[in-house]
Amino acid sequence: MDRPIRVLVAKPGLDGHDRGAKVIARSLRDAGMEVIYTGLRQTPEQIVAAAIQEDVDVVAMSILSGAHNHLFPKVVNLLKEEGVDDMLILGGGVIPEDDIPFLIESGIEAVFTPGTSTKDVVDFVTNNLKR
Amino acid sequence: MFDDKKIDSIKSSVESWDKESIQKSLARFPERKEKFTTGSNVEVNRLYTPIDIADMDYNEDLGFPGEYPFTRGVQSTMYRGRLWTMRQYAGFASAEESNQRYKYLLDQGQTGLSVAFDLPTQIGYDSDDGLSEGEVGKVGVAIDSLKDMEVLFAGIPLDKVSTSMTINAPASVLLAMYIAVAEKQGVSREKLRGTIQNDILKEYIARGTYIFPPAESMRLITNIFEYCSKEVPQWNTISISGYHIREAGSTAAQEVAFTLADGIAYVEAAIKAGLDVDDFAPRLSFFFNAHNDLLEEVAKYRAARRLWAKIMKERFNAKSAKSMQLKFHTQTAGSTLTAQQPDNNIIRVTIQTLAAVLGGTQSLHTNSRDEALALPTEDSVRIALKTQQIVAHESGVTETIDPLAGSYYIESLTNSIEEEAMKYIETIDELGGSPKAIEKGYIQKEIQNAAYKYQMEVESLDRIVVGVNKYQIEETDKKELLRVDKSVEINQREKLKVLRSERNNEEVERNLVILKEKAQSDENLMPYILDAVKSYATLGEVCNVLREVFGEYQQSVIL
Repeated sequence: MDRPIRVLVAKPGLDGHDRGAKVIARSLRDAGMEVIYTGLRQTPEQIVAAAIQEDVDVVAMSILSGAHNHLFPKVVNLLKEEGVDDMLILGGGVIPEDDIPFLIESGIEAVFTPGTSTKDVVDFVTNNLKR
Repeated sequence: MFDDKKIDSIKSSVESWDKESIQKSLARFPERKEKFTTGSNVEVNRLYTPIDIADMDYNEDLGFPGEYPFTRGVQSTMYRGRLWTMRQYAGFASAEESNQRYKYLLDQGQTGLSVAFDLPTQIGYDSDDGLSEGEVGKVGVAIDSLKDMEVLFAGIPLDKVSTSMTINAPASVLLAMYIAVAEKQGVSREKLRGTIQNDILKEYIARGTYIFPPAESMRLITNIFEYCSKEVPQWNTISISGYHIREAGSTAAQEVAFTLADGIAYVEAAIKAGLDVDDFAPRLSFFFNAHNDLLEEVAKYRAARRLWAKIMKERFNAKSAKSMQLKFHTQTAGSTLTAQQPDNNIIRVTIQTLAAVLGGTQSLHTNSRDEALALPTEDSVRIALKTQQIVAHESGVTETIDPLAGSYYIESLTNSIEEEAMKYIETIDELGGSPKAIEKGYIQKEIQNAAYKYQMEVESLDRIVVGVNKYQIEETDKKELLRVDKSVEINQREKLKVLRSERNNEEVERNLVILKEKAQSDENLMPYILDAVKSYATLGEVCNVLREVFGEYQQSVIL
């Protein structure tokens, strides 16, 4: 692998709690990755456009508001529609365990809930790249 | 506090204690850690003695409850007179369901209401806006118009309860709806008691539910100050919030510093708008977090109270004692709750409740055990409320005022939090005040650094979180979680359609045009917002008019 892993950290939906997203962004960067953070209130369309434009390897989204079942799969589907199939798509936030199987089935490769160690996220990204 | 001779003699005793006792003991049993720190990473000494508070002057630095500098509390009898208001933050799904939850909580002995709005409402979008998709009714109740507000408070007499509303960017609109509902109930404005959060600066710093740019937001806020000082005199017009700053990862001293710096900015804006400090300052209130480090938290509240009193008196020349009193609501720390072993959260919340009460809070929300997973169920909300009742009636800590005062550690820590907070405030002053410091990303960066440091400490096991990085268990016992059904969003949209077809649309249009004109002038907007909501203009319609005139805030992303 020549170039460093590129990650888009995104906050879809309306909630403004980005502590987790920022901590993850920083730890991915400390692990040597290039991290782009979208800032708050991104629509699925905006996230997909940014991911394609920045040519990232990973899209990591964080939601606390409960809108994950609606917004995460939307991003996966929009990427598919754009013909993108080599990005690793991750989700995180306050997400009930019962929702995780649905999200995984929708194409989110992994869901990280509160209490996850940043090392686990870094390791997962490193070991599951699609390119 | 102590004379020099006494201090000298204690100093020599400490030296011999160290030689005789400590060194021997350390040789046999080393301490658990090399360095002990508070939850906010302040180093904690092995022992505190009068040496640590030698320079304190009782009358000047502590004084008496209800008297300047209010270190020991804002009321003279504190909880011996009246307990704090037990105010659970609640709201979800539709106005009907939230109304039922409020009635349930009032039946369970809650003494005030606290309304949680969903994100579209907090950002001024109607439920049928494209951006609202998936968010309607999720983190709070969806309020699109006065119709919803009427249902929300149906059967709840607004002259009998006080209501806190966690609403910031569109606070003027929701307050107007509240006043309109009261009018319909036959309750006059002067009788209304409660609080709107109305603290936009912390939205830019930590919580993210802003709409307009800072200058326009500050105008709306001072419009509310002015309007309420004349029309709704018992209303707390702002709750200056450290809660979210702490949730975003700040330390205790940063929480005090950044909150009071925001407070200073509001006072300055109001004075600049021509208001007299003693006319509006008594209606300012604060909102703090309660974390796990019990003693540090108690010191934090005491430091905040003393510092604010000094700021109001010395910096703003307030004359009324009421202007100098820092009254605050507390919420236990959501960010300390774990998804692992959720029942442990009941214990965390109990410790945090004690911190808030020993620190002299005026009202309290206790989080529910399942909040790291979803919105709380009725069962878990009940336990959270009972936690307050048990601390209030069984623990004995409410029987005397400020019971930890005089503890060498508490007083020393109170002093050092005040000093550290003051240093931050001076730095923010040098940057041109809180709005400028936010624009430059200074405050956000300080908080982010603290948050990252904390996370690294947890991961390196320097900080133990039971059930997360130590004492983990295989989790089998799944709790039932509250779910907000998709039908809420669908119904809410349907209701809007009906509303738009039944109301007098010409009147709505007329009121919105007037509001737009007034927004372009310097006039106080409250009366015009009130006219608009009374004609059933929706929240989104009112906010869109203001968006057109004011523009929208764009966050500067800092990593």
